Amino acid sequence: MSVRADANPLLDVKGLTHRYGGQIGCEDVSFTLFPGEVLGVVGESGSGKTTLLKCISGLLPPSSGSVRFDTRVDGLRDIYAMSEPERRMLMRTDWGIVFQNPRDGLRMNVSAGANVGERLMAVGARHYGEIRGAAVDWLEKVEMDLARIDHLPATFSGGMQQRLQIARNLVTQPRLVFMDEPTSSLDVSVQARLLDLIRGLVSQLGIACVVVTHDLGVVRLLSHRLMVMRGGRVVEHGLTDQVLDDPQHPYTQLLVSSILPV
Amino acid sequence: MALQTSKPDDERDMIRVAGLHKSFTLHNQGGVRIRVLEDVSLSVGRGECVVLAGASGAGKSTLLRSIYANYLAEAGSILVRHDGTWVDLVGAPPHLVLDVRERTLGHVSQFLRVIPRISALDLVAQPLFAQGIDEASARDRAAAMLDRLAIPKALWPLPPATFSGGEQQRVNIAMTFVRDYPILLLDEPTASLDAGNRQAVIDLIVEARARGVAIAGIFHDAFVREAVGTRTFTLDSARRAA
Repeated sequence: MSVRADANPLLDVKGLTHRYGGQIGCEDVSFTLFPGEVLGVVGESGSGKTTLLKCISGLLPPSSGSVRFDTRVDGLRDIYAMSEPERRMLMRTDWGIVFQNPRDGLRMNVSAGANVGERLMAVGARHYGEIRGAAVDWLEKVEMDLARIDHLPATFSGGMQQRLQIARNLVTQPRLVFMDEPTSSLDVSVQARLLDLIRGLVSQLGIACVVVTHDLGVVRLLSHRLMVMRGGRVVEHGLTDQVLDDPQHPYTQLLVSSILPV
Repeated sequence: MALQTSKPDDERDMIRVAGLHKSFTLHNQGGVRIRVLEDVSLSVGRGECVVLAGASGAGKSTLLRSIYANYLAEAGSILVRHDGTWVDLVGAPPHLVLDVRERTLGHVSQFLRVIPRISALDLVAQPLFAQGIDEASARDRAAAMLDRLAIPKALWPLPPATFSGGEQQRVNIAMTFVRDYPILLLDEPTASLDAGNRQAVIDLIVEARARGVAIAGIFHDAFVREAVGTRTFTLDSARRAA
């Protein structure tokens, strides 16, 4: 899990605010993410984590503030100043989004192999053999049973669907992946396996990642840095183990002391 | 070995802590503020093993964790020689702290805290994979270290969750000592070990010291302190001196 601190920032978020009418979604959030870095975002329900994730992943234009991404050709560019096709292209190639509910990230009416291949076709791959080969390769990487490659995701268990979603996202070798509660809908035994898989892939491929979760165990395992949100604001931000072992803010202290020992 | 109190000369310094303050404010317990470290200064040089001493609650672990940047220092500086230059870990950006931990600062915590369901062998080999060492030689080195710490071969393919306390602690030690860090911070590395295993750990520490590694540690066992320590730093007096 090495982070390239000498590199340029991959994602630069400044003064990000989103309001739903008079209601605050998230307010004045700023951070920088470097290549290969994993940032955890924790907080209780309604703290603004998911709103923040949507804003920074191109799904929800913020009320104010900027989200800039280090594009391969033009360097740092505001993603909401791009044209719609440019932003969509970015989301299909350099970015991945792993949703909490696999149904939001998968096409349920096409096969597992097609779910993975589709993202490659979206970036111009046309050779069936190569697409199929890449799909097989990725299904193996996420430890899926290859006998299921032609089955519909609807026939899969929750854990398999989540692994398929990860394969579908990583096949284009994105530089940045957003994850919204990637394991919270799964059994604990499946969670540990999936976390180990995510951790391995992210560190081998040097992918930067923003992981939103309410599970402090998940962030301790996956993230280098941690942001704690409450009421739409970031109340604490630092190295993951430092924030969890020496929390400064009253809310973080409450959060950390509320974990039930096993 | 007799414990000396001489200061290392500056050229050899690897850690320089100066004017360190650390307190804890318990917001959910009426805002009680516990002052633990007040104006603590300490240097550790190459080839030294500084034994942190002091009564329970004097702040030995707090000092060690502050040097690892696991605890957030309030004031003062914690300089660590990293890639030949001094890095102040107080206020350092997270990427820099991670880089210092990755290549310079090794740390053995009191308890093993690892990813579940990964074998002991892979846990020990992982820090080597991260360095870009190929899998086969990383596993060989990990195996040699586990063997040296007398972890039975039958346990290597198993995750340590079900191991005894002493076995877990030795896996913990192996994960750090398999790397060749220039600085080591050891928080009671021999706490739950029997005499034979304790000796294996003492040998590792003494060898590291002979290689020029700068070591600071907490050792409750007087036998271990005598065997590995080159100097004692007592925290109570440090606080009174403030």
